[in-house]
Amino acid sequence: MTTRHHITAGFLPLLDSALLVVAREKGFAEAQSVELTLVRERSWATIRDRLAVSHFDVAHILAPMPIACNLGLSAPAPKMVVPMALGLGGNAVTVSAALWDAMAKCGATDDLDARASGAALRRVIDRRNEETLRFGVVHPYSAHNYELRYWLAASGIDPDREIEIVVLPPPDMGDALAAGLIDGYCAGEPWNTFGVLKRSAHLATVKAAIWKSSPEKVLGVNARWSEGHPEALHALLRALYSASLWCAEPQNHGELANLLAGPSYVARPAELLLPALRGVLPIGAGQTRVVTDFFVPNAKAATFPWKSHALWFYTQMVRWHQVEHTAEHQNIAGGTYRPDIYRNAMRSLGVALPSASAKVEGALRTETPVGSSGALTLGPDGFFDGSLFDPDDITTYIAAQLGQ
Amino acid sequence: MKPSRLNVLVIDENRIRAAIIEEGLRDAGYDQITVIDEMRGLARRIADLNPDVIVIDLENPNRDMLESFFQISRAVKRPIAMFVDKSDEASIEAAVEAGVSAYIVDGLKQERVRPILKMAISRFNAFSRLNRELEETKGELENRKLIDRAKGLLMRSRGLSEDAAYALLRRTAMNQNRKIVEIAQSLLTAASLLDPGADE
Repeated sequence: MTTRHHITAGFLPLLDSALLVVAREKGFAEAQSVELTLVRERSWATIRDRLAVSHFDVAHILAPMPIACNLGLSAPAPKMVVPMALGLGGNAVTVSAALWDAMAKCGATDDLDARASGAALRRVIDRRNEETLRFGVVHPYSAHNYELRYWLAASGIDPDREIEIVVLPPPDMGDALAAGLIDGYCAGEPWNTFGVLKRSAHLATVKAAIWKSSPEKVLGVNARWSEGHPEALHALLRALYSASLWCAEPQNHGELANLLAGPSYVARPAELLLPALRGVLPIGAGQTRVVTDFFVPNAKAATFPWKSHALWFYTQMVRWHQVEHTAEHQNIAGGTYRPDIYRNAMRSLGVALPSASAKVEGALRTETPVGSSGALTLGPDGFFDGSLFDPDDITTYIAAQLGQ
Repeated sequence: MKPSRLNVLVIDENRIRAAIIEEGLRDAGYDQITVIDEMRGLARRIADLNPDVIVIDLENPNRDMLESFFQISRAVKRPIAMFVDKSDEASIEAAVEAGVSAYIVDGLKQERVRPILKMAISRFNAFSRLNRELEETKGELENRKLIDRAKGLLMRSRGLSEDAAYALLRRTAMNQNRKIVEIAQSLLTAASLLDPGADE
């Protein structure tokens, strides 16, 4: 008789909780003898706290947050490991109808191009006499915060002086926008689609345009639990991998949207969840755009926990003065993501794995077959401004961004 | 500064629970207490109040906003999570278990604010207990109604006395290793299928 593993996972009601939800609901967890209990929460702070006191063994969590916890930026912080990503992409920058009007007059195009929309926003700010534009993000240690800031800075906008960035719960973003409390936001789905379809907002650009093939949520694991339960963790990772394959099948998108729409999960209409799954996004004024890599659950090694991803988030924490750059901090950040655990878990599945644990982000300009088997393709993984991030030369990268 | 001079802010959308905590704190001698149960304009109000201690429930979706506000704000004294003292794992656990979290102004001695957290934890627990009991009482009332209806059905259809009808239900439940209310429910369901209106 095989051992049964009882695992409790915390999650927030967002589209990218899909892998956990599908692992449970479509029997992939069961197939790995994992009894998976999913507990919905309403803030990342509470996810963190409940991981800290072992109410949760694992959680759907913002990709940079476990790094922030391990760096001691957030208390009470559990020591955490990240053995898996829960997909790539999934975010967008949404702006109010009024701001979009102004941006369109300054040359923004409605093809979601990050360069054009960033340049337009720069011109809007130059011409503006009213109060500072305000953008919402979901958390200070979120991919949303870093990609929004990266996009602004690379467009010549100082995110600390020329824009005000505030934190709001994702479900409040659309209403805050409609009420004029904020002018734009960077959030996950379904909240961009909600803003566009229900609050007359407009998409300015998407995560998949700012930094291609970049992670958004990961599986955050209490390090103590991980050490004590390697088999359970491996079984869960395999279940999540199978779930990622299922989520990636276009014929499953309708069922997935309905599943996530259920009262225990995202609890919003399936019509708000389908666009991101299909990669056909309403962008405003009744138009849609196809973004095939908007949310990638499996392809391009989407669940692989690249150390270069962890280290890029770390450089942004340094860049925006959340933490000081030291060799020790860099080690802690890089060591948070654990491709070794991922590899050990996947061995028995015969999944094609990247042979490296880190890569130069931005080096792949096109989809590129990697590895000997050729079963895996990676990229493109570029930043919209064409710059490269070499995880072996972090100090130079940080210095350049800090303008030193 | 006496303990009672601490400026305490309670953020809780559940007004009843907030009132219970406020009362507890007042009884303990804290007289500068503000309760916010409306989340609109929260950041502005915190800046105005400039509290020494903030007590907030774990279900509040604004916790991320609150924590980010503490990081960047120059408008308020710098609050930090109560649980920075890692040796205090038991109290972290008790607080999370109870569903409450607290932030204190950096530099304030933990001993001075610990009683506030303790009070919040015990009042949160008391509130949950109260809620649970209320739910149970409500459930019991529902169960009693179902059993009464099943009894009535047996009394009418089989000419049994009330005691005999109840005994029959109880015996059946025991034989099938089920609860009386489950037997009552099955009986009522079966009756309504066979003869709509039989239970009226």
